[in-house]
Amino acid sequence: MATVELRFSALPEHVRTARLVAAAVARRAGVDEAVLDEVRLAVGEACSRAVGLHTSNDIAAPVRVLLIEDEKKFSIEVGDEVPTASGPAGARAGGVPEGGAESEPEGEDEMGLAVISGLVDDVEVTSGENGGVIRMSWPTAPAAVVP
Amino acid sequence: MDLSLSTRTVGDRTVVEVGGEIDVYTAPKLREQLVELVNDGSYHLVVDMERVDFLDSTGLGVLVGGLKRVRAHEGSLRLVCNQERILKIFRITGLTKVFPIHTSVDEAVAATD
Repeated sequence: MATVELRFSALPEHVRTARLVAAAVARRAGVDEAVLDEVRLAVGEACSRAVGLHTSNDIAAPVRVLLIEDEKKFSIEVGDEVPTASGPAGARAGGVPEGGAESEPEGEDEMGLAVISGLVDDVEVTSGENGGVIRMSWPTAPAAVVP
Repeated sequence: MDLSLSTRTVGDRTVVEVGGEIDVYTAPKLREQLVELVNDGSYHLVVDMERVDFLDSTGLGVLVGGLKRVRAHEGSLRLVCNQERILKIFRITGLTKVFPIHTSVDEAVAATD
């Protein structure tokens, strides 16, 4: 099972919580301090995207985040429950939820993915009839010896 | 940390000082502020990001939206940022080519093109 699993209502205000938890678990897992900013940003992007997908598709289910500590790597999986009947992930209605007529949702979903792929070397985006998942991983340093 | 916003006028420029985290939750507040400024006739904006701790693609989207608005009035939107972790996000998205990024508010206010 995941080292830490987080589920949160698909609301923008909870994305920050997911970032903080992910960064804390990543630090504990031995992800380099210099990379923690990237972990924080990448998980935030993935969660924002999932929140946007749930909101625009009127899905009440929570967004789930799995934080997995392995021997040599730390992985994060962010899953949404927006199904894709067939075809690419791009076929799903996407975007970040916005209020008011001044919203500019166009391209923000793609920008989020662009940021993730620019930041993370090991990333995989999949989608299926049960929803989509963004998997990302970072190498970890050998655990410090606890006295 | 929440988002903090304050504005001041320097000559014909309006400086928007942003602090805290710009993300999917707080970005609408920044968008509102930029829209309001443009609606009130401020078309030359300097967004000071020195006190921003976190910026994601939603925040980038808002800045691009702001740029689009001021350009419709032949205005400008300049950024002030020296933080490597924030600059990195502009670099990986190619937005360093879109926004003039300055090292100080004084430099941004003095810049013409």
